[in-house]
Amino acid sequence: MSYIKGLVCKECGDDYPKEPLHVCEFCFGPLEVSYNYDEISKSLNRESIEKRDHNLWRYAELLPIDEPPLIGKEVGFTPLIKADNIADALGLKELYVKNDSVCFPTLSFKDRVVSVALSKAKEFRFNTVACASTGNLANAVSSLSTSGNLESFIFIPYDLEMPKIVGSTVYGTNLIGINGSYDDVNRLCSEIAGKFGWGFVNINLRPYYAEGSKSLGFEIMEQLGWRVPQHIVVPMASGSLLTKIWKSIKEFEKLGLVDISETKIHGAQATGCSPISTAVKNDWEIFKPQKANTIAKSLAIGTPADGFYAMSVIKESGGWSDDATDEEIVDGIKLLAETEGIFTETAGGVTIAVAKKLIDEGYIPRNESVVVCITGNGLKTQDAVENSVSKPEIIDPNLDEFEELYKTIKSNDQGGIHDAVSKNTHTA
Amino acid sequence: MMPSVRIPTPLRRLTGEKDEVAITASNISDLIEELESQYPGIKERLCDEDGNVRRFINLYVNNEDIRFLKGPDTELQENDIVSIIPAIAGGSFINSNTSIYWKFDISVIMTYK
Repeated sequence: MSYIKGLVCKECGDDYPKEPLHVCEFCFGPLEVSYNYDEISKSLNRESIEKRDHNLWRYAELLPIDEPPLIGKEVGFTPLIKADNIADALGLKELYVKNDSVCFPTLSFKDRVVSVALSKAKEFRFNTVACASTGNLANAVSSLSTSGNLESFIFIPYDLEMPKIVGSTVYGTNLIGINGSYDDVNRLCSEIAGKFGWGFVNINLRPYYAEGSKSLGFEIMEQLGWRVPQHIVVPMASGSLLTKIWKSIKEFEKLGLVDISETKIHGAQATGCSPISTAVKNDWEIFKPQKANTIAKSLAIGTPADGFYAMSVIKESGGWSDDATDEEIVDGIKLLAETEGIFTETAGGVTIAVAKKLIDEGYIPRNESVVVCITGNGLKTQDAVENSVSKPEIIDPNLDEFEELYKTIKSNDQGGIHDAVSKNTHTA
Repeated sequence: MMPSVRIPTPLRRLTGEKDEVAITASNISDLIEELESQYPGIKERLCDEDGNVRRFINLYVNNEDIRFLKGPDTELQENDIVSIIPAIAGGSFINSNTSIYWKFDISVIMTYK
């Protein structure tokens, strides 16, 4: 039974069939999947969801597939952590970290959207899939197309971080580096998509792909005990994730799975690429394209396709937007690591740094509940923090040398670490 | 020389496959009316029911988005080149021979992620 009505233009409302299409032929607006919510409400309720496996497909009726998922069957349902340590550090009462830095299989939220896009690609009978990527998407498409027995072509800017390159080629994909920025890669991919009959996850499969992001929002609400937080802080590249988290809340409200609430959605960008946050802060109706220059490469989109809609959601929900400098991004990464033991990539540093600003500026009151979305893993962007974290002390295998070093460490330490030598005399 | 307008691939069905047309209008709103009188049906593709330029249509005068000039009141001079660019450039709109990008700074095109 299909719960999908078809595709509909977000601008003029024209209807389109369920096909690999993403732009309205009439007004050039983006297409979005529309659902039959009356039918969905007959099979989807809290009890039916809770009986299902712990992955993103537990919300299958609200995802754009017509057949059982064929790719990424185990993806999703990442931890939602009540993060009291960082809450204390930020002076907040109730803070949760939605930790997609441990998403299976490639450690970013892109595993969600790609699982949906590639399952749909199988339904459309594509044999080859492709994408334009700044890294995380490349990793997800590469891994999931391999396990799903699809051929893949992946296009990236030539100067990506090495872990993101190796994290794609290791699966045996065709990885092509382009001499240019992500915006150049994207433009080329639009041309390639027109000429080759492939399923481009973020071009002709985009309406389906983008829907996968809703699962992040569904999980947050279920994991909070079927409730909606007062604030959600979301990183923004194209702005798509933010709009889909909003859609996830509206859908759960419509289906009666959560009470209607007034969640404020806040958007986080890097100062070096901040077309959306700049427009929000200046109360512009449209954003000005920017040339990106930031260590948060996974967010470096100068002309965000969903920028307008992200601005609308922020405004409609009563949220706000801000941006973080490279230095603040590194501080954000370190703060999350040192308080919660979670190592996130630069995009996560952006989210933490902006959350801190929004709290300090009063956009997020300290006594209200907050969820921050951490969407990628720090092991992929180690370069960004390499020079900001301590290096190991190297000593000879000699007890005297260690005791000498230990004294130095303790004399620099302002307290807080137990005196291991005097209290722990036993050996393991 | 009169100003000219560059027409993107998906609208060329309306212009008899012409990719560039000369116009006499002295500003953007007159230009749209002039195009409509020459090529009936083109206005509803460019503007919504209220007559405003559609959100995902970008109009550029000499590579500057009119939203950062004077919008529909932006004046046109001799030799000006107006470009109509769908912001979300789908694969079906583009091929290498008739690229909608011409000499454009590629940053005018929306970018996916």
